[in-house]
Amino acid sequence: MPDSPLLIVENLVKHFPLNSSLLDLLLRREPDVVRAVDGVSFSLARGEVLAIVGESGCGKTTIARTLIGLEEETDGTILFGGQRIGTHERRLRAGLIPLEAGAVGTREQQTLPRMSLKHLRQHAQMIFQDPYESLNPRATIFEIVAEPLVVHGLLRKREERIARVKSALEDAGLRPAEDYFLRYPHELSGGQRQRVVIAGAMVLEPELLIADEPVSMLDVSIRAEILNLLKELQKKRGVGIVFITHDLGTVAYFADRLAVMYLGRIVESGPTAEVLRNPQHPYTKALLSVVPVPNPRLRRERIILQGETPNPLNLPGGCRFHPRCPVAVAACKQSDPAYIRVAEGHETACLLVQPA
Amino acid sequence: MAESALLRVCNLNTEFIIPDKGPARALEDVSFEVHPGETLGLVGESGCGKTTALMSILRLLPSNARISGQVFFKDVDLFGLSEKQMRAYRWRELAIVFQGAMNALNPVMRVGEQIREAITLHGLMSSSEAEMRVGELLELVGIPKERGAQYPFQYSGGMRQRAMIAMALACSPSVLFADEPTTALDVMVQAQVLELLNDIQQRLGLAIVLVTHDLGVVAEMCDTVVVMYGGKVAEYGPVDVIFNDPQHPYTQKLLESFPDLNEPTDPSTDSRQVLASIPGAPPRLTEIPPGCRFEPRCHVRIEKCKTESPPLMDVGENHLAACHLLK
Repeated sequence: MPDSPLLIVENLVKHFPLNSSLLDLLLRREPDVVRAVDGVSFSLARGEVLAIVGESGCGKTTIARTLIGLEEETDGTILFGGQRIGTHERRLRAGLIPLEAGAVGTREQQTLPRMSLKHLRQHAQMIFQDPYESLNPRATIFEIVAEPLVVHGLLRKREERIARVKSALEDAGLRPAEDYFLRYPHELSGGQRQRVVIAGAMVLEPELLIADEPVSMLDVSIRAEILNLLKELQKKRGVGIVFITHDLGTVAYFADRLAVMYLGRIVESGPTAEVLRNPQHPYTKALLSVVPVPNPRLRRERIILQGETPNPLNLPGGCRFHPRCPVAVAACKQSDPAYIRVAEGHETACLLVQPA
Repeated sequence: MAESALLRVCNLNTEFIIPDKGPARALEDVSFEVHPGETLGLVGESGCGKTTALMSILRLLPSNARISGQVFFKDVDLFGLSEKQMRAYRWRELAIVFQGAMNALNPVMRVGEQIREAITLHGLMSSSEAEMRVGELLELVGIPKERGAQYPFQYSGGMRQRAMIAMALACSPSVLFADEPTTALDVMVQAQVLELLNDIQQRLGLAIVLVTHDLGVVAEMCDTVVVMYGGKVAEYGPVDVIFNDPQHPYTQKLLESFPDLNEPTDPSTDSRQVLASIPGAPPRLTEIPPGCRFEPRCHVRIEKCKTESPPLMDVGENHLAACHLLK
């Protein structure tokens, strides 16, 4: 199925319940929830790069963690390669669902959902933000990169395993790979560590890579190298990438499509060039206007939103952006806008935008 | 020009004595000037000596540091002063917003209290006047003064950064050093803080020395730029010249490696340009190469670069660069 998307996410919801007091329990009050992700839908084709952009606290990292099964989604469906991979499905398959709430089931049933998570992670891998903390300081580079193979029981023959680790390191730009095998993470620079992280993710030859701010901890001159590397892997291996960042400058260079998030929702999405040239949502416009441009001749009028992203605990009614929106009208307080098609593949959720 | 300079840094050399190793030469012959009301940007990668330069000027370095050179503040040589005399300049004339300001506040002390401490320590006013001043300062940076009674954990990242700026302004300094003031902040909060710095500069006529690795921030904020590499000044000039006519190969590469939002790639043509990168890493300060410090990573190096360190040369009006290839 070359035409079917690699990943389809429909109406994904992730709420984090807050600790409720004994009194709340006695009164059977519904616990308060943080609405981190509140109805997000998108899809990713094979070999495509989708960037999810937004400020801290907009829910972009929660999406990444939910996709890879580090968090259980509250609602919605995730289809990966045509298969449902949500927590609910995993539990159903394991026979966990018919049991009473609270009961966990047999030992066999407990281990089964883990098996399908493991299956998922063989095909979908994640790159974390901080290369200084995501490598085991007491393992050699060879052990780190070979570990996914050990976990998944792949390439049991020694020579095969060495060959795969070698090619993964070389693809990640660490040449000659043998020089790195017996070194430890502390001997490497930040850029080299991030390359090791990428080699560890690519050693399983996944179809999907989720990169959570992979360059934000690195120096400017090294950022470019890592971005070029990811792009090369995407071209050569056809791996689809969900790229999570708050840096629109990087996105312009890197992504095929762009989704802008605000408070747990996607407010605008479309092909990168189209969205950057013709932003429709006032939040996208403001975000674009404050990205510093490396040319003093292009200093422009900035739309600076005052205040900070509101607490996702009490979301504002109506359009969730209206309290900070520079162009909000009375109707924005009342109704939550639906998605409007602006151009081919370009959608936005704003009451003031006229459909194409 | 030399007379009007507020702060003049001449041939600043800083090295750190490390036991069992040679000295780490963190700064070599760094010179620049700051004029009243000007914003100067110090740019470079991690470890190129930006923060060390600030700390050297303020004499806040640990005891294993050896400093030579001169720093004149309004014609007073700061390195010739005793520690006690220096204290009269620190914070009253030269204030700093430290790097990682988010975590530089005392977590168990109310924010207003911390700002008041800065004022009363310098004995500038009575405690009731200081109380008023704290309120004024908080309002100046856009924090309601009632929130001075709160603790740092009750503040968001942007507000903590504002509080740090308020603290730096407590004694009405004439030069404000800001060390990576927006690095850990979101773009929108970064824009708010930069706007605040601009606004304060216009209202109070401060000179600002902005240390950053973000070229976009420099382009938006600065009048003059010092590009540093491996502890030396690579290029020094007005912001427009540095960005539109860079002379040093390092500056050129650094600018190319910065993704530009105004030129998004078009997936339909698939003629995506590859972002320029600078292979390799900056030199270790204990093993400085004998020639130009950028030579191992330079794409246009010649034989001479290996052995001889290039001096800073005039390449235009107020524009200096250190490269053998320039005449």
